[in-house]
Amino acid sequence: MTPISRITRADMAPIALGGAFLGTGGGGDPFIGRLMAEQAIDATGPVPVLDVAALDDDALVVPVAMMGAPTVMLEKLPRGDEATCALRALEAVLGRKADAIFCIEAGGLNSTIPIAVAAAAGLPIVDGDGMGRAFPELQMVSMTMFGIHACPMAMADEKGNALVLNAIDNLSTERFARVVTVEMGGAALIAFYPMTGRQAKQSVLRGSLSLIHGIGRIIAGEQAANRNPADRLARDLNGMRLFEGRVTDVNRRTEGGFARGQARLDGLDRHAGCRLTLKFQNEFLVAEDETGAPLALTPDLICLLDLETGQPITTEQMAYGFRVIVSGMPCDPKWRSAQGLQLAGPGYSGYDHRYTPVEALTRQKHTIDMEDQA
Amino acid sequence: MFRIGVDVGGTNTDAVVMDGARILAGVKAPTSEDVMGGVVESLIRVIDRSGVPKEQISAVMIGTTHFTNAVVERRHLARTAAVRICLPAAQCLPPMVDWPADIREAVGGAFWMARGGNEFDGREIAALDETELDRIAAEIGAAGIATVAVTSVFSPVSDAMERRAVARMKQRLPEVDFTLSGEIGRLGILERENAAIMNASLRALSHRIVAAFGRALEATGLSCPYYITQNDGTLMSRDFVQAYPVLTFASGPTNSMRGAAFLSGQANAIVADVGGTSTDVGALVNGFPRPASTTVDVGGVRTNFRMPDVFSIALGGGTRITGEGDGLKIGPQSVGYRITEQALVFGGSTLTATDVAVGLGLVQIGDPSARSRMPADLAAIKARIDDMVTNAVERMRVSPAPIPVLAVGGGSILIPDRVGDLPVIRPEHFAVANAVGAAIGQISGEVDRIFSLASISREEALATARKEATEKAIAAGARPDSIELLDQEDVPLAYLPGNATRIRLKVVGAMHG
Repeated sequence: MTPISRITRADMAPIALGGAFLGTGGGGDPFIGRLMAEQAIDATGPVPVLDVAALDDDALVVPVAMMGAPTVMLEKLPRGDEATCALRALEAVLGRKADAIFCIEAGGLNSTIPIAVAAAAGLPIVDGDGMGRAFPELQMVSMTMFGIHACPMAMADEKGNALVLNAIDNLSTERFARVVTVEMGGAALIAFYPMTGRQAKQSVLRGSLSLIHGIGRIIAGEQAANRNPADRLARDLNGMRLFEGRVTDVNRRTEGGFARGQARLDGLDRHAGCRLTLKFQNEFLVAEDETGAPLALTPDLICLLDLETGQPITTEQMAYGFRVIVSGMPCDPKWRSAQGLQLAGPGYSGYDHRYTPVEALTRQKHTIDMEDQA
Repeated sequence: MFRIGVDVGGTNTDAVVMDGARILAGVKAPTSEDVMGGVVESLIRVIDRSGVPKEQISAVMIGTTHFTNAVVERRHLARTAAVRICLPAAQCLPPMVDWPADIREAVGGAFWMARGGNEFDGREIAALDETELDRIAAEIGAAGIATVAVTSVFSPVSDAMERRAVARMKQRLPEVDFTLSGEIGRLGILERENAAIMNASLRALSHRIVAAFGRALEATGLSCPYYITQNDGTLMSRDFVQAYPVLTFASGPTNSMRGAAFLSGQANAIVADVGGTSTDVGALVNGFPRPASTTVDVGGVRTNFRMPDVFSIALGGGTRITGEGDGLKIGPQSVGYRITEQALVFGGSTLTATDVAVGLGLVQIGDPSARSRMPADLAAIKARIDDMVTNAVERMRVSPAPIPVLAVGGGSILIPDRVGDLPVIRPEHFAVANAVGAAIGQISGEVDRIFSLASISREEALATARKEATEKAIAAGARPDSIELLDQEDVPLAYLPGNATRIRLKVVGAMHG
């Protein structure tokens, strides 16, 4: 994707669209964050984007994000400066000002909110993130793999409450912060993982903002040409179209504060007669064929597009009758390390599958199909 | 007793007289510039044709596109005050932030934000500040604004703040109309507030239209009550539509789908309503239109109330056809109501979809000798038309089950006898299906809010929701013994512990009398 050097108002529509795609079904609709960023950019001008390599080694870099239920934030809109308050609270503890901020996740609401914060705070935003997609818990980031602490972490709400957490590790931070989020009304704005430029160069997934922006432009361009974006996205992102089908059952349940469940899809066209099962926990995490064999597994990306409109589909929107294209995209290589798989592999979310890269799974399936035909 | 259904469309005003489930008469009259003239004409003609004495008509049900058109055309919209009860939250995106400039100007763009609102679990974000509300009311009064939309954070979960704020402002603004967002919209504050503001801006027009319908009935010599149909195929009383005109927004396609269901006896089907310019394709699930799952734009404004999921294609009786072979183009232009001058079979010089149907002998209209002026290979053109229909139908299909396609509307001859693997049914009275849909409207009650399943079971929560929806339906005029569950769904809310679940549930029942 072409690197983006600054974000203007006109860039926000493609960023929101690309963020919805990389949300892999979760992370919330980036729409609210897009409107906030557009307003902030109107007031203060475009946001400069920095490549990770351009950071000073001793610069202070801080990701900001929304934590909690996206459905709450779509109803109780932010006051507007909560994230800045969280950032200020963190700066006070650290005794120095942040030099740049960035997105903790490349998908969903958190792909757009930090841009609004950067515009309001007059800071550049780093072209990178900690996931390359969306994940439900705050320790599921590349920084954890590099021993970077989420704490001190600051949380703020619209009433002016601000807290700073000092937990012993990133998983504990997630657990304490989750409780505070509920007390703050179901959603909070946070600043966490304070790190040096040197640490950022090591741990950040590089080029995420350019990627989000590029994906959004591809989706919009293909939609305008009346083509489904799935083929072009698969080609440009080294991914693959896994399945084309109609949602015939959605079974949701709530466990431990997360929306879990699975959906069954019946194949259309060249997949007619086939069946796909999607398992999700806020995000789509596992895709299986009718024999139970995996076609794509977390941390690889499982993305759904509406078959007709090409719009990304979230797990909450998904309903009986939706006609979708399911694509599998390889995750960042960092996730495929032993540490990465321990953090975000199928086992962490309670699935029995042993992780195999999506491209290998597709190759296996293709070989088996060929043998069946022979 | 007898019922009359009326559908006021952009081109035609249709009316039917029904005796229970039997259709005694149906007519089409051109929609007049003042609208009421067309209504009176269609009423007089349909009553006359049915032979039913006027005093035996028990109710008139009216479907109208007036309010949708007012928004789309930015006409007849009143200057509106938007009041959001939210501070200190929600300041970042003020009311109407994402509206197109022309419609924001049409409603004046005035807004206020005040302290208050609720959390998802009912806690207060801040206490209501009566002094602040008094100041806002004074400013609204000084600006001479006569209609106000009040939106409080999480009002679909807890509506007390909106009610208290309105009661307070009414003390200073006794003559002003108030719209409460929690009464019309669902969770998602911007979309619900948008709907409330549009509703408020339509209140004055609504009073005029309802009064005019009353005069039209009076001029026809009818003294029975009348109802207006809403988005989901259910009825609103006169007072209700005066308060909630936005709820009529999608009643046109809904009425044609419900009418098609009734005329064919099919409860699960795809409906293709072919007019002069476009074809609306929708899906019937248990006799009601399937609602759209995402936000729906009305005149460029995002809303989230229930609208039927309709896919429209530019194919109608007046659709222009040009070129041949690889250069063949079907639409999107249409000759529209000028078809009776411009189509080949009416002596004109434009090849239309209707000409193709006549040329192939599918229907007898106009001058059959016009065939000599048409391209030789009409079958190829028809095949392309059939492809367009098939794609639209496939898009709306929800299951592999071989449900039928119901072809209705004046141009429905363009629908082939089979669409893919689906059989096509052309019900009797297909041309006035929308007026029939209005005549058979039912009363509904709906609940959509978040329940905590920490202390009660899912079944108890659903039962509570059903009881509330039933009470709403009875309050709206439904017969208690006829009420049944139409639709329910529950969605666990991501990230919230305590098993917070959003339950949406709807019941319907027959109207009294």
